Amino acid sequence: MLSKEASELTVAAERVPERRGTRSPVLRRILPYIEGGALVVALIVPLVLSERMDLITLATNVLILSLLAISFDLCWGLSGIMSFGQALFFGVAGYAIALVGRDLEFSELWGTLPLAMLVGLLLAGLFAAFLLLGRKPPTTIFVALGTLTGAYAAERLVSGWQYVGAGNGLSSVKLLKIGSYEFVEGTAFYFLALGLLVLIYAGARFLKQSQLGLVLAGMRQNEERLAFFGYRVQLFKAVVFSLAGLVAGLGGALYSYHQGFIGPGNMGPGLSTTAVLYSLLGGSGTLIGPVFGAVTVEVLSYVLSDIDAIKPIWPVILGLILLGVVMFQPKGILGLLVSDRERIGSYGRRRRGG
Amino acid sequence: MALLEIRGVSKTFRTLKALDGVDIDVQAGTFHGLIGPNGSGKSTLLKAIAGAHFADTGTVVFDGHDITRATPYERARAGLSLKFQITAVLPELSVYDNVLLAMQSTESLPRLLLSLSRRALDADVSSLLERFRLIDRADDLAGELSHGQQQWLEIAMALALRPKLLLLDEPTGGMSPEERRVTGELLEPIKAHCALIIVEHDLHFIRDICDRLTVLDQGKVLDQGDVEAIQRSPKVQQVFTTRV
Ligand SMILES: Nc1ncnc2c1ncn2[C@@H]1O[C@H](COP(=O)(O)OP(=O)(O)OP(=O)(O)O)[C@@H](O)[C@H]1O
Ligand SMILES: [Mg+2]
Repeated sequence: MLSKEASELTVAAERVPERRGTRSPVLRRILPYIEGGALVVALIVPLVLSERMDLITLATNVLILSLLAISFDLCWGLSGIMSFGQALFFGVAGYAIALVGRDLEFSELWGTLPLAMLVGLLLAGLFAAFLLLGRKPPTTIFVALGTLTGAYAAERLVSGWQYVGAGNGLSSVKLLKIGSYEFVEGTAFYFLALGLLVLIYAGARFLKQSQLGLVLAGMRQNEERLAFFGYRVQLFKAVVFSLAGLVAGLGGALYSYHQGFIGPGNMGPGLSTTAVLYSLLGGSGTLIGPVFGAVTVEVLSYVLSDIDAIKPIWPVILGLILLGVVMFQPKGILGLLVSDRERIGSYGRRRRGG
Repeated sequence: MALLEIRGVSKTFRTLKALDGVDIDVQAGTFHGLIGPNGSGKSTLLKAIAGAHFADTGTVVFDGHDITRATPYERARAGLSLKFQITAVLPELSVYDNVLLAMQSTESLPRLLLSLSRRALDADVSSLLERFRLIDRADDLAGELSHGQQQWLEIAMALALRPKLLLLDEPTGGMSPEERRVTGELLEPIKAHCALIIVEHDLHFIRDICDRLTVLDQGKVLDQGDVEAIQRSPKVQQVFTTRV
């Protein structure tokens, strides 16, 4: 009575070597060491570079763009949402605080940074409602195109809108301040950005390792199966997408304050794609990987654009390097060091080897 | 009133009538076997009950609610749980995490974010794994299990949802005779709190555990009744001797 495929499966099953009773070897976690190392380096950098203002500025910029990298990793690496529009939330929040500074003369940290996060959260929530919460579960391509279109449309819109500076963007953004203390470019701003990055990173890490993180890990492997468990898959995605918007919004505000400038290019498909690259290059889903990606891309662009011989063609060289990594190391730089097991995560309480 | 009432359910793929006016009642606390030749529509029927696709016509009423057009999420919440014919454990998560994922599915999103039930569920997850003889493999990846063990894991996951009705599509596919026997033993005790619809090709297995049988052939109910009656049914014998 056994059906044909069932008997074939029996044969296949018998070929699987039995491993009963053998425990998997004690899991070695290396991500915490990498994260700790990165933090130590980040704390030392300003001391080493204290004489080089331009490099402190570069390093601060990298920290701010790392927020954008984490924002994208929350979408793609953790939730499987391919967003080509993360810069939209970054840029809109950047414009928002620049306008609040210009028109309301207000740039107090306690007010503007939460405002930027709220703007990012709500705008991303709006996008999530349209793109994710429809009657039918959307395809990856649909969401990718939807976010891309949003970023593109926003870039075009502000380029032609006089009130927000049109193509020139908004410059001489009011300095960020706490009371009478103003954050200019330099070590203080660096540590402010580092502090906020560490907070956001810790939050994202907490989310990844929580029971919610387990749901996300399951969703990435088999979204349909999770629906049959009774999970409202799209709602989970929408929530994480909104939180990613919050992170991007914070990044955008810091960027705007730090550069003293925000323009149409800071919210378009260009920067959005750069965020995708950070993640793929560094290793998506690891959180720290995309931060490494941001460091690598930004430092390489800085160095390459400074070498006279290749000045005119450095974007091409950078592009080729990135293409090479993405093609030959699809799990990114961190994929070389971190096992799949650790990247995906384990959530149970059973003690390793115990 | 029956726990599950299927009335006149039909489903057509292009020109193929996979289900054609199927009526079935499943009472609470009973084990209901679904048998029939390959391609007779068994999996199609289970999927229509679980919500993997919708019936073209007819109604599916579960626990007093019409779920004909409900989403899989809504059906799961109503107390339906299934194991597909093709096993779908989450291969890159540990065995333990697979069960935890199923068991925590009724938790709200904020509670999940704060991991409020991780500790409380630990004992339940472990005892379920114990029962399904998977406790030694708890830390291994689900994808590393043998095919038979993956089937057990799926049944354990389906039960972790505490369903009122469990749908199993060929749960013993790929199992050794010994594993089959154990599967029967594992299913026996759930009768106390859960009804079962099970699709199986192994008639001995199904005879041993089921109270009632429905025989499908070419999308139609050929016969249904208790196990003895079906075994004696001439219609059924004819189909099975000529086509299986
Ligand atoms: N998604 C689909 N698209 C087109 N045809 C389908 C689809 N699913 C099933 N069918 C067809 O419908 C008929 C019934 O299929 P079904 O899988 O329900 O049979 P079954 O009774 O489960 O068979 P088996 O014992 O082989 O599992 C088959 O002829 C099958 O080829
Ligand atoms: Mg089938």
